[in-house]
Amino acid sequence: MSTLSRTAADLFWMARYLERAESMARLVEMGARVAMLPARGVTARDEWRSVALAAGCDGYFDPEASSVDAIILGLVVDRENPSSIASCFERARANARSVRTALSVQAWESLNETWLRLDELTVSRVLHELPQVVDWVKGRCAQFRGAADATLLRDDRFEFARLGLLIERADTTLRLLDVKHFVLLPETQVVGGDPDRHRWTSILVATSALRAYHWVYRGDYSPERIVDLLLLNGSCPRSYAFCYGEIVQALEHLARLYGARHACHTSAAATLAAIGDTAIGDVFHTGLHGFLTEAIGGNNRLSREIATAYHF
Amino acid sequence: MQLAIRHRTRYRYDPAVAAVGVRLKLYPPTFAAQHPVAWTVAVNGVAVAPGFRDGWGDQVATHFVRGEVAAVEIEAAGVVDTRDEAGVVRGLREAVRPGMCLRATPRTEADSAIAALAREALEDGGTQLQQAHRLQDLVTARIAYRAGHTDGATTAPVALASGAGVCQDHAHVVIAAARSLGWPARYVAGYCLHAEDGGDDVATHAWAELWLDGIGWVGFDASNDLCPTDAYVRLCAGLDAFDAAPIRGHVEGAGAEALDVRVAIHPAGAEQ
Amino acid sequence: MFDEMNGDDGARPPYCGVAHWLDTLGLATLDGKRREAETLFRRSGITFAVYGEGGDPERLIPFDLIPRVFGRDEWQRLAAGIVQRARALNAFLWDVYHRGEILRAGVVPEALVYRNRAFLPEMVGFDPPGRIYAHIVGIDLVRTGPGEFRVLEDNCRTPSGVSYMLENREIMMRMFPELFAGNRVEPVDGYADQLRATLEDMAPRHGPRAPVCVVLTPGPFNAAYYEHSYLADQMGAELVEARDLFVDDGALWMKTTRGPTRVDVVYRRIDDEFLDPLVFRPDSYLGVAGLMDVYRAGRVTLVSAPGAGVADDKAVYCYVPEMIRFYLGEAPVLENVPTWQCALPEHRDHVLTHLDELVVKEVHGSGGYGMLIGPRASAAERAEFARKIAHDPAAFIAQPTLSLSTVPTLTPRGIASRHVDFRPFCLVGRQIRLTPGGLTRVALREGSLVVNSSQGGGVKDTWVLSE
Repeated sequence: MSTLSRTAADLFWMARYLERAESMARLVEMGARVAMLPARGVTARDEWRSVALAAGCDGYFDPEASSVDAIILGLVVDRENPSSIASCFERARANARSVRTALSVQAWESLNETWLRLDELTVSRVLHELPQVVDWVKGRCAQFRGAADATLLRDDRFEFARLGLLIERADTTLRLLDVKHFVLLPETQVVGGDPDRHRWTSILVATSALRAYHWVYRGDYSPERIVDLLLLNGSCPRSYAFCYGEIVQALEHLARLYGARHACHTSAAATLAAIGDTAIGDVFHTGLHGFLTEAIGGNNRLSREIATAYHF
Repeated sequence: MQLAIRHRTRYRYDPAVAAVGVRLKLYPPTFAAQHPVAWTVAVNGVAVAPGFRDGWGDQVATHFVRGEVAAVEIEAAGVVDTRDEAGVVRGLREAVRPGMCLRATPRTEADSAIAALAREALEDGGTQLQQAHRLQDLVTARIAYRAGHTDGATTAPVALASGAGVCQDHAHVVIAAARSLGWPARYVAGYCLHAEDGGDDVATHAWAELWLDGIGWVGFDASNDLCPTDAYVRLCAGLDAFDAAPIRGHVEGAGAEALDVRVAIHPAGAEQ
Repeated sequence: MFDEMNGDDGARPPYCGVAHWLDTLGLATLDGKRREAETLFRRSGITFAVYGEGGDPERLIPFDLIPRVFGRDEWQRLAAGIVQRARALNAFLWDVYHRGEILRAGVVPEALVYRNRAFLPEMVGFDPPGRIYAHIVGIDLVRTGPGEFRVLEDNCRTPSGVSYMLENREIMMRMFPELFAGNRVEPVDGYADQLRATLEDMAPRHGPRAPVCVVLTPGPFNAAYYEHSYLADQMGAELVEARDLFVDDGALWMKTTRGPTRVDVVYRRIDDEFLDPLVFRPDSYLGVAGLMDVYRAGRVTLVSAPGAGVADDKAVYCYVPEMIRFYLGEAPVLENVPTWQCALPEHRDHVLTHLDELVVKEVHGSGGYGMLIGPRASAAERAEFARKIAHDPAAFIAQPTLSLSTVPTLTPRGIASRHVDFRPFCLVGRQIRLTPGGLTRVALREGSLVVNSSQGGGVKDTWVLSE
C-alpha cells in the first residue's frame, strides 16, 4: 500500500484546516462570552485581542487600531487573514479538491457545500448573529467529520487526515492554555471571585469541555483541574493526552499497513508515555508555561517527522 | 586525421540548488567523414551513456544530479578519426527528412534583408552548389567574426543587421536565407581545430548544413568561409542553435548560475 | 432544418419513448427536475472553468434533460465511420513520423505536415507502443439530415468532455429511472474500464504486476480538472501533477508515502509544449524534466503521443478521406464538411468573395474562439476577417454554414428546437473500443450554431438504443 505523497500531505492539511476552522469558531464563542463581562481594568477590545492572540492571529491585527468589530470580522470572514474561518474552509476545500478522488463522495460534497455557502457569512450576519454563525461553522465541521467517519475507507489516507486533525487539535489546546496561563496561575486564586471563575470557565467553553468538567470533577472550578482536564485527562476529546493517544494509534496503524516504523513512531510513543507519567502538581510546580512551550515544540517536531517519514 | 578532444563545461550554483537535470547531445555520430575511436561523457565524474538515438541521428543522454548541488561538471572526451569529405554528410543514420528543415524557428525567421541576401546568392546563376557557396561567401562578408557582440538569443535578422557576430549567428543567417529560397537547412554544433588558435581554449563551433538536390546534406561554415574538412567534428544537429544545443539544463532551485566552458582539441599524439 | 425528434408525421422512431415521456411529464415537473439536476451537478463539483471571461471560475455547464437519441442502425453506421477514421488517423501519424509515404505520393502536401507547429521533429523515427499515437480520438460530428452525418473536426490530442457523457447518464438514471425502464439504452459506464485497459495495453513492459498508470493534470486551476480527477477516480489511477513525478535512472517515478514508485503509462492532460522543460518550453512548470527521453528510450508510454496533434489540424482535416483511401483502401463511411483552404489561392478567392455565407475558422484555433460565422457577422467583422485571411492565408479554412440538426430542448419559454453536435470517444489500444454514446453539445441560444461550452453551450445525455 502506498499513496501519492502530495495526496497524503493534502489530506493532512485539509484536516488541519478544518480543525482550525472549528477551533476558531470555539475561540470566537469564548471571546463573545468573556467580552460580555470583561475583567477589571480590561476592555472588551482587550479581551478580543487576547482571543486573536490565542488564535495565533496577533500578527495580523494592528493592536491599537483594530476595533472589536474589525477583530471579529478578521477572525471569521477576512480572507486576508490566513487563519480566519473563511480562509480555513477555503484552504481545506482547495486541499480536498486536489485530492478529490481520495475522499468519499459524501465527504467531498459536504465540504464543497460548506465552501459554496461561505458567501452566506456576510458582514452583517457575522456582527449581528455571531452565535448562529458559530453554530453553523461547528455544524458544518461536524457534518464533514460525520460523513468522513461513516464513508472513508480505513486505509493509510484516512490516517493521514486523522493525524492532521489531531496534531492541529493538540496545538490549539496547548496554545490556548499558554495564552491564558496567567489566568490560571495559582496566585490569581488569591483574588478569586466571579470574574476569574468566568475566565476559567471561558477556557472550558473554548474547548467545549464545560460539561465534561462537571462530569469529571463535579466541584468548583480550579486552575489545576482545568489544566488537568485539558492536558492530562485522556478521556477529554480535546485534551493533549487524548490527542496523543489517538496519534499513537494512527501511527501504529500506518506502521502495520506499511510494515515500517520511523522516528515519528518513537517520538509520539515517548510523548504519550511522558504524559502518563506526569502529575498535574508537577506541571504547576515546574512551571506551566515551560511545560506548554516544550509541548508545542514537540508537537511541531512530530508534524515534521511524520512528513519526513511519509515523504511529504 | 585523428583529433583528440576534451570538452569541459562547468556550471556553478550559488546558493546550491536542489537538483540539476542535463540533456546531453555530446556523442559524435559515425558517418563517412568521422568515426569516434574512443569517447566518454561524464557528469561530476559519473560516466553517462546515451539512452536513445534521435531523429537527427544523434545519441542523447539525460542525467540528474540531486541533493545540494553547488556545481555540475560535464566532460566529454575522446578521439575521433576524421576524413575530408568536402562537407558532404554521407552515411549518417538519421530519420529526419529534408522537408522538415524548412520550418522557421524564432531565431531563424527571415526578414526582407535576409531574403534579399538569399536572392543575391542566386544572381550569378550556376549550380545550386555554387549558389550555396556564394551564399556562404556573402554571409562571411556581411557579418564580421566578433565575440561578445551577440548572445545566444540573437536572431538571424538582428545578427545580419548588426554586421558582427559569432559562428552561431553566421549559421543562423545562412539557414534563414537558405530556407527563404526553399532549401532545407539545419544547424550543426561541433568542434573545429583552428590552426591559428594553437588548439587550446576555444569554445564549441557551429555551422549550417544545406540540403542540395542530387548531393544531400552539405556543411557550410560561414565563420571560416569553407565547407567542413577533416579538422571538424560534428556533434549534433537541429533546426537552430537552441534546438541543436549539445547541452540543455533544467535547474530546480534559485541559485545564480555561472558557466565556464573549455574545449581543447589537438591532432592525436600532439597532446600536451 | 432537420429536427431529430419531430418528423413530418409525429415523433421519429428512436424518439417515440422520449416523446411520450415528455407528454406525460409536463413542463412544470420538467422544470423542477432541471433545478434538481443543477443542484446535483453543483454539489458534486462538476464544473467547467472558463478563463478570461470573468464571472464564476467554477461554472456549471448547463445540462439539458431531454436526451438525444440514436437508433441502433444509425449508430452502427456512425460507429463504423468513427473507428475507420481513428485507424486512418493513427496510420497517418505513424507514416509522417517515419518515411512519409503519403507525402511522397503527393496525397498530402509535405509543407502542411512538416511545417505544422504540431509536428514534432523530436518524434521522428520513434515507434510508440503498438504504433499508436492518438489513443483517445474524439470526432466532432454534425447531422444535416436523417442519414447525413458529417465530420466537423477530429481531436487526436486529449479530447475533453467524456466525463459529461458519464455524469449526464448518471444524473438521468438517478432522476428518471422510469424512463430507462421503458427504453433499451446501451450503457456507457464501461468507458473508464476500457480507458484503463487501453492505457495498460500501452505499457512498455509487462511483468507479473499490473502496470502503473497515472493521469497527469496541470492542476486544479485547469478548466478540465474535474474531468481529470473524475477519470482518475473511475479508473483507480493516481491523479498526479508534475511535482509528483521525477525522472531518475532512466525511468519515471512518482513520489509516494512509501518512497518512489515506477510509473509505466502517463495519460497526460497537458499540451506537448509543456511536457518536458528539457526538450520543449524551458519555462514549463507543468511538465517533468527528462520525461521525453524516458519515453523515447521506451521506458514509459505517453498517452497520447507527443506530436499527435498534427493529425487533427483543421487544414490536415481536409485530407482525412484521402488518408482512409490511402492507408485502409476503403471508401470513407463518414464524409467531411466541404472545406476551403485559404492557403490555396483559388480557394482563398472563393472564401473572400463569399464571406457572408461561410464559417471561417483558424487552423490552430479551438473551442469556438477565432471563428467567423459569416451570415451572422457584421460587415465590420467580415472585413476584419478578410484582413486576417489576406495577412496569413494558411492560418484559415472556411466551410459552408451547415444547417445543423436540432433536438427539443428545455428553454425558459418551454420546449424548443436547438442545434446540436456530437462527439463520440474512440479508444485505440491493441484493440479499438468505442462506447455506444458520446457527448451531445447543444447551442442554448435560439438559432445559434455555436455549441462550445466556453461559448454558452450546454450538454445532453446521448442514447444509443439497443433495439
